[in-house]
Amino acid sequence: MSERPELPRLEFRDPARARELVEGLRLAVDRVEGPPITLMHVCGSHEQAIARYGLRSVLPRGLEVIMGPGCPVCITDVPEVDEAVAIARSGARVATYGDMLRVPGSRDSLADAQAEGAQIDVVYGVDQAVELAKSSSGELVFFASGFETTAVATAAALLAGVPSNFSVLCAHKYIPPVMEIVAEMPGSRIQGFLAAGHAATITGWGVFEGFVRRQGLPVVVAGFEPLDILAGLLRLVQRIVAGEATVDNAFPRCVSKDGNLRAQRALWQVFRRVGGCWRGIAHVPNGNLRLRDEWAALDARLRFRAEIASMARQAPSALVSRCVCGEIMAGIASPADCSLFGRECLPSDPVGACMVSMEGTCRIWHRYGTRTRPSDRVGGPR
Amino acid sequence: MCLGVPGRILSIEGLVAEVDFWGVRKAIRLDIVDAPVASGDYILNHVGYAIRRIPLEEVAETLALYEALIRLAERDDLMARDVRGEIAAGGSSAGSALQAAGGEPGGGEIGGGDV
Repeated sequence: MSERPELPRLEFRDPARARELVEGLRLAVDRVEGPPITLMHVCGSHEQAIARYGLRSVLPRGLEVIMGPGCPVCITDVPEVDEAVAIARSGARVATYGDMLRVPGSRDSLADAQAEGAQIDVVYGVDQAVELAKSSSGELVFFASGFETTAVATAAALLAGVPSNFSVLCAHKYIPPVMEIVAEMPGSRIQGFLAAGHAATITGWGVFEGFVRRQGLPVVVAGFEPLDILAGLLRLVQRIVAGEATVDNAFPRCVSKDGNLRAQRALWQVFRRVGGCWRGIAHVPNGNLRLRDEWAALDARLRFRAEIASMARQAPSALVSRCVCGEIMAGIASPADCSLFGRECLPSDPVGACMVSMEGTCRIWHRYGTRTRPSDRVGGPR
Repeated sequence: MCLGVPGRILSIEGLVAEVDFWGVRKAIRLDIVDAPVASGDYILNHVGYAIRRIPLEEVAETLALYEALIRLAERDDLMARDVRGEIAAGGSSAGSALQAAGGEPGGGEIGGGDV
């Protein structure tokens, strides 16, 4: 057996290269006068890496990196959670990703339903949910959330075949359309987007060309190691300094122009794009993935017809009205702007969805203490 | 759920690979991986499905890309220092420098979206 190749992962954390990239960023940012350059990323994994490796603390003062609607758990809409809760209460077993357990619906979360006796299983992936269905006699509903990267797994599982007691409550979302919504929001200061490398692994970087043409903003596809992110930010700043709106691929080891065609075929064989609400953001045209008609027999919405209208009429708590998760996901506010953050809203007792998910901005900031300087208050003084 | 994790294939049986993730072994499905894979290949795993074969030569390509970006930033700064005061609006000249240095490394993809 040959010697194991050096682990690529470690090279992408090389501190010497990181310092050089940071220095490059400083030089590039210094060439711009006026208010800080504002960049948005749209991925919980980017935010986790930025927080975990303390990247914000080494970024130049003239550069702000904010997280947009990149947490699929956070933007799962209230009625979607209500449907899952109603289905679980009706007696079906519900399997879902761990983060979805405590996301509040109109009033209750799946964790609340579980506490009352509903059977909820946390799974690592859709295959595990299929296995659960095979080993049980009752109905098993897979509450499927996540962006296209996760949706392709759901698609592949359905195409491979599932037992008759298995169905899907689909809350999958599609990232490209929401970037347009956020870029066009009044008050948006976003000058460029760091696109999520894993979603682009599926769709390819070519999917952003239309966006760049329409919005005139540069997009750089970046990976998730510290160097990937720094290199992506540097490339974005260079494009902004030069006044160029283009798509760059700073993650060539995973992303090609056309993406993973085999995965795309599976995705569009199973799902179609429809408009729908993203929690705290807006109605996003083509932003939701739903099962195509051919898969109606596996659609939990049709199989259970959950009664959720009555849940939506339940008054939200007074705290919810002070929650600014929507503004945070739109990049207009940061957790530091929220009066609930770290006080009434905690990981142990979250008010908003951004504090629930491991990929939510508030949860990440709370965990890593990412409140480093006054400019982190988006709405605050500069 | 969004964490994509690279791992190395130990063995393959049908559409399922046994993959080593830095010491943790896991069965990963190959239904939607983008290219044929074999034992020893690196793949990117997402919720139990391989979504990409990671060619090792492209790891080197990414590292080369970082070097290029760093050199570009340093050179731009020197250039900026030289021409500061001479060119009032430096944006366009910096732009062409970017294009020349980072725009089209043969086969590389940075700047690939450019016209």
